[in-house]
Amino acid sequence: MEKFSTHTGIGVPLRQSNVDTDQIIPAVYLKRITRTGFEDALFSSWRKNPEFILNQEPFNAGSVLVAGADFGTGSSREHAVWALKDYGFKAVLSSRFADIFRGNSGKQGLVAAEVAQDDIELIWKVLENAPGTQVTVDLESKLVTAGTVVAPFQIDDYTRWRLLEGLDDIGLTLRNEPDITAFEATRPSFKPTTLPAKS
Amino acid sequence: MTEATTPDAQGSAQVPAVSATAPRRAAKTLAEKVWRDHVVKQGEGDGDAAQPDLLYIDLHLIHEVTSPQAFEGLRLAGRPLRRPDLTIATEDHNTPTLDIDKPIADLTSRTQIQTLRNNCKEFGVRLHSLGDAEQGIVHVVGPQLGLTQPGMTVVCGDSHTSTHGAVGALAFGIGTSEVEHVMATQTLPLKPFRTMAINVEGTLRPGVSSKDIILAIIAKIGTGGGQGYVLEYRGSAIRALSMDARMTICNMSIEAGARAGMIAPDETTFKFLKDRPHAPQGADWDNAVEYWKSLATEDDAEFDAEVSLDANTLEPFVTWGTNPGQGVSLNDAVPSPEDFGDENAKAAAERALAYMDLEAGTPMKDIRVDTVFLGSCTNSRIEDLRAAADIIRGREKDPNIRMMVVPGSARVRLEAEAEGLDQVFLDFGAEWRFAGCSMCLGMNPDQLEPGERCASTSNRNFEGRQGKGGRTHLVSPVVAAATAVRGTLSSPSDLEPAGTVAARAGATSASNVA
Repeated sequence: MEKFSTHTGIGVPLRQSNVDTDQIIPAVYLKRITRTGFEDALFSSWRKNPEFILNQEPFNAGSVLVAGADFGTGSSREHAVWALKDYGFKAVLSSRFADIFRGNSGKQGLVAAEVAQDDIELIWKVLENAPGTQVTVDLESKLVTAGTVVAPFQIDDYTRWRLLEGLDDIGLTLRNEPDITAFEATRPSFKPTTLPAKS
Repeated sequence: MTEATTPDAQGSAQVPAVSATAPRRAAKTLAEKVWRDHVVKQGEGDGDAAQPDLLYIDLHLIHEVTSPQAFEGLRLAGRPLRRPDLTIATEDHNTPTLDIDKPIADLTSRTQIQTLRNNCKEFGVRLHSLGDAEQGIVHVVGPQLGLTQPGMTVVCGDSHTSTHGAVGALAFGIGTSEVEHVMATQTLPLKPFRTMAINVEGTLRPGVSSKDIILAIIAKIGTGGGQGYVLEYRGSAIRALSMDARMTICNMSIEAGARAGMIAPDETTFKFLKDRPHAPQGADWDNAVEYWKSLATEDDAEFDAEVSLDANTLEPFVTWGTNPGQGVSLNDAVPSPEDFGDENAKAAAERALAYMDLEAGTPMKDIRVDTVFLGSCTNSRIEDLRAAADIIRGREKDPNIRMMVVPGSARVRLEAEAEGLDQVFLDFGAEWRFAGCSMCLGMNPDQLEPGERCASTSNRNFEGRQGKGGRTHLVSPVVAAATAVRGTLSSPSDLEPAGTVAARAGATSASNVA
């Protein structure tokens, strides 16, 4: 996972609450066998509507999604995070995230920044009045900046630390590699292995 | 008995709140001991602020549907699969049960299967492919090979991994990111689960089986009742069950919301494992048994919650609704939404009755079904097939019933054929298929038509689970068989005496059907 300290990119105002993962990526795309290449699947139903925000310039080149409350509810599909990342989003701002979506985001390096709803409203106005405004998400200071608006955001300490360090769970676990190797050395001889195959 | 922590019968309203982390204490229950023996590194801190423990995984089971992105993740990060020798794969979810020697017709399915084959070859993972004698449902194959043993930690990207708890393993389903995590590190960072004792005392009556025990438990504690807990099934009724029957119970722990279910290893377990291909040999066997015996829950152990069920009075159980907790005794009638005090449960019942096209007050035994499905990781083992065959032998199938029999593994299929069970099913007019998950989830062509009603030995009666618009009643293998004879939901006791070989009925299946 790449380190994340700060990101600046075009903000996309998504004035909608309860954006569930079925909307983020419909089930039909879960048949795919890859973890990448889901950019076309992101919000695919909504994107059929020419009025949808991601069909308008310059928002189609956005990388910071500013959404309503309760973002990422519903199905646990990690594909929702993959689709957002594949499209180019680095961070999502919302006043409230569904737990599973937040967990999946942390595993995949997408910053789910919890911003007070009043501040979300202010940022929406900035982005709508001046389309293409750059939004900065600074994980060090836990501040988000959009034009003249500077607002704090919440993210749990453990996830923030992992993102700043650029460590996914696997990278973190591998820091304990000597412990794993030592544990493996104590494995009783009666425990089975799958190789070589016996029948 | 701590009745205050016993969840309510109809849903999750009174289920005790579970904090994120279980309290740290000396390991005295089966689940705690297995956890203790796999901690690579204990997380710092206590309570909700605690960091997760790093837990070693003894066995990783893989199938075609939840693994492709995990393999790709390894490839993108340039990481090896750490322990191919603790990993095994099989093809089950998306495989056909007919014409298995021909290319899979559905291109998406074929690609998914081929991807598993390519990945296993690239990363050195042992794979049992379609056509192989050890191919089958991942949760049937593991125990059958003797790879899942007491005291082990077992994971798989499938929620029914809880099945393996029947041998006394701590076994649970994981997501795709965790699948990759285990591939790369053979560990998982986890916070400890809480423990719940499920005490089942007494003796099952004829025609009542372990499926009825677990359906009754789920109806009692609700589909969220086990959330945050590892369930340990205990008591004389559990001890009397065979391994196949125990697997049926542990399998459906997830339907009660629990991540895992376990049964302490005993002589039944040891006898089941002895001489299986991957069971310990010689001195290793003796050492293993000594260790396995030490894992049993101690007499003074405390559980975070306890629930009891009386086996003596249990009747065959069947679901009427669209979640596994919506079940009643087969002798009862379809309940009315008005029977439910909780507004949410009432609304759920109304919706379920509409979907199932049932009227409140209809006796369950008056409900006519179209299809009988005998299979799935819940009930597709040799004893399940024997129990069903014993019911139908010498009897005639209702002419309007379609019955599909799908053995859990190629090995089970071979074993059944050696005993002549295939002929019993074929003579009866049932379809005898190749092994796989099949109609349990309808990912392959084995699906219900819209509106079709099915008595199914599987585990989930969700809307559309077995096919868009399909209606599922969860039942035991003997109820499925009796239903195929009468055409309506039936227990074996409803049947007229069979022809010449009726005396055999029940004789060979005593271990699974009391």
